[in-house]
Amino acid sequence: MNKNFLTFLPPVFLTLLLSLPLLGFFAQENSKDILLLQRWDWVLYATAAVFLANSVLIVLKKYPLPSFAISPPAKNLNALKALLFLGLLALPFLSSRSTIDLATLVLLYICLAWGLNITMGLAGLLDLGYVAFYAIGAYTTAILSHYYGLSFWQCVPLSGLVAAIFALVIGMPILRVQGDYLAIVALGFAEIVRIVATNWQSLTGGPNGMSGMPRPTFFGLEFGRTSSSGLPTFQDFFHIPFNSEHRLIFLFYCILGLAIIIYVVSKRLRCLPLGRAWEAMREDEIACRALGINLPRIKLSAYSIGAGIAGLVGAFFATKQGFVSPESFTFNETAMIVAMVVLGGMGSLWGICIAATFLVLLPELARGLADYRMLLFGLAMILVMRFKPNGLISVRQPTVKMS
Amino acid sequence: MLNISHISTFYGAIQALDNISLNAEKGEIVTLIGANGAGKTTLLSTLCGNPRAKSGTITFNGQDITALPTNQIVRLGLAHAPEGRRIFPRMTIFENLQMGALVADKKHFAADLEYVFTLFPRLKERIAQKGGTLSGGEQQMLAIGRALMARPQLLLLDEPSLGLAPLIVKKIFHVLKEINQQQGMTILLVEQNAHHALSLAHRGYVLVNGRITLTGTGKELLQSDEVKAAYLEGAA
Repeated sequence: MNKNFLTFLPPVFLTLLLSLPLLGFFAQENSKDILLLQRWDWVLYATAAVFLANSVLIVLKKYPLPSFAISPPAKNLNALKALLFLGLLALPFLSSRSTIDLATLVLLYICLAWGLNITMGLAGLLDLGYVAFYAIGAYTTAILSHYYGLSFWQCVPLSGLVAAIFALVIGMPILRVQGDYLAIVALGFAEIVRIVATNWQSLTGGPNGMSGMPRPTFFGLEFGRTSSSGLPTFQDFFHIPFNSEHRLIFLFYCILGLAIIIYVVSKRLRCLPLGRAWEAMREDEIACRALGINLPRIKLSAYSIGAGIAGLVGAFFATKQGFVSPESFTFNETAMIVAMVVLGGMGSLWGICIAATFLVLLPELARGLADYRMLLFGLAMILVMRFKPNGLISVRQPTVKMS
Repeated sequence: MLNISHISTFYGAIQALDNISLNAEKGEIVTLIGANGAGKTTLLSTLCGNPRAKSGTITFNGQDITALPTNQIVRLGLAHAPEGRRIFPRMTIFENLQMGALVADKKHFAADLEYVFTLFPRLKERIAQKGGTLSGGEQQMLAIGRALMARPQLLLLDEPSLGLAPLIVKKIFHVLKEINQQQGMTILLVEQNAHHALSLAHRGYVLVNGRITLTGTGKELLQSDEVKAAYLEGAA
C-alpha cells in the first residue's frame, strides 16, 4: 500500500470518532419535550471532507503551487498604504450608517491591539489583564463627565493618564514576577477592576452601567439638533441641514486620527533607545541586565504606555457606545485583543492591523451563519497557526536601515 | 581596580562560593579557571549583584559595589559578556551593538563602532544580519563587541571559547590580547579552556568547588602539576 495513503488514516479516523457524538446526535425541541435525533449522514460528510482535504494537502506536497511573491517592493507598499488611507478618508461618504459604525469598531480594536503590541509585542510582557486599563479609561470618562461635568475632550487625556497611573502603581509589584506568573496576576487585576465596577453601585451604577456619555465636539461645536453651550451647532455653523450621521462620521475621523497617532508613536518609539531596550528585553532579559539596563523601569514604561493607550481608547469607546457597563470588559475582550497581536505577529503593526480587522469583521460578516460563527472563528485561528505559526507578518523590521 | 575580598555566595542553602578573594589591577588580564560547577559563573554574577554575596565586600576603583543594583554596577564601567553569548537573536548586529552602547556616552558611538569593526571585520560585513543567524564564533565576537560598546574599564568574559572551533578560539583570544595591549583594557576572563586562558593571562586563579585553591602568574599555573593534572592532561 502507498505510504502516503497511511498518513490519511489518523486524521480521518479521528474525525470519525469525534463526529459520532458531536455531529451524529442533535437535539430538537418540539411542543412537549426535547428529542434526541440522529443524523449519521453528517458524520459521513465530515469524514469525507477531512479525507478530501488531506488528499489535497498530499497532492500539494508533491506538486507545490508556484510560490508567489508575498513581499511586494517597498514602492508599491507605500502606494498601497496611501491608497488605504485615502479609502478610509472617503469611506464615510460612500457607505451606510452601519458600515461606518463597523469601521469605527474595527479602528477601535486596531488601536487597542496596537497598544497591547507595545506591552506584549515589543516588550514581551504577557499582559492578560489589558482590558482592565481599557475599562479604567472608559469609566474615567464616564465618571468625570457625570460627576464633574467635564467635556469629552477634557476627559480623553485624563482617561489615558489615569489608566497609565494605575498601570504604574499596579505594575510596580506585579512586574517583579515573570512570564506566565505575570499573566495570571494581571488577569486577577482585570477581574478585580471588573468586580469593583460591578459592585460599587454608588459610583459606577453597578451592573446597570452608566449612560449619558459626553459627545465629542468639533472645536466646541456640538453635533446635536440643538446646542447646550452658547455656540451654534455644527450644522448651523456650516449652514448644512441636520443629519444625525455627522456625529458618527466625526467620531470615525477622531478614531482614525487616534489610530494614526498610535501608529506613528509606536514606530518612533521603536527607534528610540527605550523601544530598542523593550525589544532587547523581549529577546533576553539576562543579557539586558548584563548591559546595565534598568529592567524594572523599562518594564514599567512599556506596561504603562500600553495601558495609557488602552485608557485613551476606552474614552472613545465610552462615547461611541454612549454607555459603559462591566459587561464590556470581560476576559473575552482581553483574549480577543491578545489573539489579534499573536495572530498578526508580535511587534508587526500591519500584521496586527490585518488580524484585528479580520477578527472584528468575521463575526459580523458571518452573522448569517449564526450557529457556525464561532466554528468559523476557530477554523481561521487553526489555519493561521498551521500555516503562519509566528503570526501573519513575523519578519521583524530592523529599526536602522543599512544599505 | 577590582578587589574582591572574602566573598561567600549561596543559592538557597547551597553554598556556591566560599571565602573567595581575588583582585585585578589596571591593564591586567586575570583568568579564573575551573571545572563545570566550580562556581566560575556564580563569581561573575555575584560581581554584578545577582545573586548577592552573603558576606565579604567587592570594591571597584575604591567604591564599594557589593550592594549596588546591577544596572548601576554596569554603569560604573564594568561590562559583562555573559555565558552562552546571549546576543539578541532577532535584532541585527548593528542593533545589538547599539544596545551595548546604551550606557555609554553617545558622542563616542561612531568611534567605538569603528574600533569594534576593526577588531572583528566580520561583524562589519554582516552589519544588517540578524544576530540569531550568525555562527557561534560570530555570535561570540558580537557579544564581546557589544560589551566593548559600553566603554568599560573592566571587561568580564564568561567562557568565550564555549562550543567554538579551535581556530575561532585562537582568533578570539588573539583579539582579547589586542584589546588589552592597545587599550590597556583590564580583563577578567573565566574559562574552562585552561591552556589558552593561562597562556594569555598575566595572572590566574584556580577555582575548585567554590574555593580558590591555587593562584599565580599564568606561566606558573601552566607549569603547576595540579593544573596540569586537572585541566591540561592530553590537551595541546
